[in-house]
Amino acid sequence: MSIQVRTMADMMASGESPDILFWVGCAGSFDDRAKKITKALVKILNHCKVNFAVLGTEESCTGDPAKRAGNEFTFQMQALMNIELLNGYEVKKIVTACPHCFNTLKNEYPGLGGTYEVIHHTQLIQDLINTGKLTLADNGTFKGKKITFHDPCYLGRANDVYEAPRELIEKLDAALVEMKRCKTNGLCCGAGGAQMFKEAEKGNKEINIERTEDAIETSASIIATGCPFCNTMMTDGIKHYEKEEDVKVLDIAELIANAADL
Amino acid sequence: MQQLIFGVLTLASFGFFAFNLRHITQNIHLGLPTNRSDRKAERWRTMLLVALGQKKMFNRPIPALLHLALYISFVITQIELIEILIDGISGSHRFFQESLGGFYTFVISFIEILSVLAFVATIFFLARRNMLKLPRLNMRELAGWPTQDANLILVFELILISFIFTMNGADEVLQSYAGHSNGFAISSWLGPILFGGKGTHTLEILEQIGWWGHIIMVYTFMNYLPYSKHLHIFMAFPNTYFSKLDPKGQFTNMQSVTNEVKLMLDPNADPYAAAPTDAVPTRFGAKDVTDLTWKNLMDAYSCTECGRCTSVCPANTTGKLLSPRKIMMDTRDRMVELGNYKRKNGTAAEDAKSLLGSYITEEELWACTSCNACVQECPVNIDPLSIIMDLRRFLVMEESKVPTELTGMLTNIENNGAPWQFAQTERLNWAKED
Repeated sequence: MSIQVRTMADMMASGESPDILFWVGCAGSFDDRAKKITKALVKILNHCKVNFAVLGTEESCTGDPAKRAGNEFTFQMQALMNIELLNGYEVKKIVTACPHCFNTLKNEYPGLGGTYEVIHHTQLIQDLINTGKLTLADNGTFKGKKITFHDPCYLGRANDVYEAPRELIEKLDAALVEMKRCKTNGLCCGAGGAQMFKEAEKGNKEINIERTEDAIETSASIIATGCPFCNTMMTDGIKHYEKEEDVKVLDIAELIANAADL
Repeated sequence: MQQLIFGVLTLASFGFFAFNLRHITQNIHLGLPTNRSDRKAERWRTMLLVALGQKKMFNRPIPALLHLALYISFVITQIELIEILIDGISGSHRFFQESLGGFYTFVISFIEILSVLAFVATIFFLARRNMLKLPRLNMRELAGWPTQDANLILVFELILISFIFTMNGADEVLQSYAGHSNGFAISSWLGPILFGGKGTHTLEILEQIGWWGHIIMVYTFMNYLPYSKHLHIFMAFPNTYFSKLDPKGQFTNMQSVTNEVKLMLDPNADPYAAAPTDAVPTRFGAKDVTDLTWKNLMDAYSCTECGRCTSVCPANTTGKLLSPRKIMMDTRDRMVELGNYKRKNGTAAEDAKSLLGSYITEEELWACTSCNACVQECPVNIDPLSIIMDLRRFLVMEESKVPTELTGMLTNIENNGAPWQFAQTERLNWAKED
C-alpha cells in the first residue's frame, strides 16, 4: 500500500485544514532507520483516515539538541521560526514520533508564544484503538513473543508517559516483560542531552551497552521503543552483542502497523 | 547555679545557631531570583508527601525503614526537650510527670522504644558505611571530610541516646530504692541491669551526667548542623515546598536570549538603538554560584550526600567523571566559600575562583545525558540537572567551548535546520521512497 502524505501548504492552497499536524522530526525525515518508523505511522494514519498534514520542506529542527548542548541562541532561533510557521498555519494539535520533539514542542514552545496540544504517537495510536478506528488483525504475528519496552527519558521521566506504549504492547497478544530498570527508574540509552551527536566522555563502558544488557537479560525477542534515538542506540547495542538474529529493535508504530496488517 | 549555667548555655546555643542561620540565608541569597510562589496547594502537598511523608525514600525499603526510625525518634524526642528546658530553667524534676500521670509514662516509653530503634538503625548505618562499604557511600567525592562528617553525625546520635538511657536508667534505680517505679518501657528493666545496687549518691551523679550530657549533645548537634551535610533535616521542608513543579523535561527559556533573538529576527528593529541604561549586563549561563538561582543554592544546602542520584546516573555508572552528588557538593562548598569571602571583604568583592573551573570541570558537564534520573531519584527533590545545564550554557555561549562534534551539529542546525548535513528541501523525500 502506498502512503498518502499531504503538506500544510498543499492543504492551505486548496482551502482545507487538517485535524492534526504530524511533526516528523529530523531523524524521522533523514535517518534511514527512523524513516521506516515515520512510514509505519503514516500507514496507521492513512488506514484510520486521520485528516493530517506534514510541514514537509518547511519543517525545521525544533532546536532540542542545540538547547541541551547549551546553545540557547540556536534553540530560540529555531523555536521562534517554527512558532511563526505553526501559528501562521493556525496549528492546534501536533503528533510526533520523537520524544525530544514532543518535549520541546509541548513544554518549551508555549513560553515563546507557541501553544499547541502535543501528543506522542503512542498516545495517538492508543486513542485510535480505544475509539475503534483501528483494530489489530488476529494474525498471530506476535503470539507468545516476549517484548520489552525501553522507556525514552523524554517521554517517561520528562513527561510522565509510561502507560500508553505499554497498553499498546499488551494489545499485541504478546508478553510484556519489564527490564529491571523501567518506568521512573528506566536507564537512559545514552543519546540524550546532545550525546547522540558526540563521542561519549571517557569511561569504562558505553551507556547503550549497559542498557542493552538490561534488555537481553529479559530474554525478550523484541525491544520496543518510542524514540528514534533510543532505537539507534539499542540497535547498536544488539549489534555489539551480535544478537541481530534473536533480538529485533522496533518502534511501537511498527509493531502496531504490523499487527494491523498494514 | 546549675540553672544559671543552663540558661547561659541555652542562650549561647540558640544564639550561635541563629548566627549561622543568618549566614545560610545570606548565602542562599547570593543566587539569582526565580519565582516559586505559584501553585501553593501543590507545593504544600509536595512538601507533605516528600519531606514529611518521605515518599521517595521508600523506593529503597530497607534504608527507608531504618531512616524512618531515626526520623520519628528525632521528631518525637523533641517533646522531651520541652520538659528538659523547663526542668533546666526552673530546677524542677520531670515537670510533667505528676500532672500527666499515665500519659507521661506512655510518652516517655514511646520515646524510649523509638530511641532503641534509632540506636539499632544508627549501628546499621555505621556498619553499612564502614564495614559493608556500600559503593555509593564510598565514592571519591566523599574522601576525607564528607566521610568523617557522616560518621560523626552517627556517633553523635549514639552518644545522645546513651545519655537518655543513663538518665532514665539511673532515675529508675533511684525510684526503686524509694519503692516506686517510673514504669518506662525500656529503662524500667535496663536501669536495674546497668546500675542496680549502686549507691544513691552515685546514681544521682549518673542521672545528672545523663541529663546534662543529653542537653549538651542536643546543643552540640544543633550547632554542628550548619557545618554539616546533616542540615537536610531542616532544609528538606522548604526545599520540597519550592520544588520544580513543571514537567522534568521542561528547561527554562532564557529571557535575555529571547530579547536578542527577537531583535535579530525583527526586520524593523534598530540594531543601533541604545540599550536601556538601567539594564544590568547578564551573563549567559552560569560560571559561578552567583549566576545560579537561589533555588539551586537551597538545593545545595539540602543535599545530605546520600548518593542516590549518582548511583542511578548513566554517566557515572559507566565510569564517567560526572557525579550529580559532586555537582551539589561543589555548589555548596563554593557558595560557602564565596559567602564567607564576601562577608569578610564586602558584598562587591570577588575572589579569583569560580564554580566552573575551580570545582567542576568541562568533562563532567559534557558527560550528562540530561536523562533526569538524578532529579527523579532525589529524596528531597534536588535538581542537579538545572545546574549542569546552566554551566553548559556558559561554556557554549560565553566561552565557545563546545566539543568539536557538537560544533558541527550546531552549524548544521543553523544552516540547514537539521543536526545532520541534509538539505531542508529533502525533508519530504521519505514520502516518495519505498
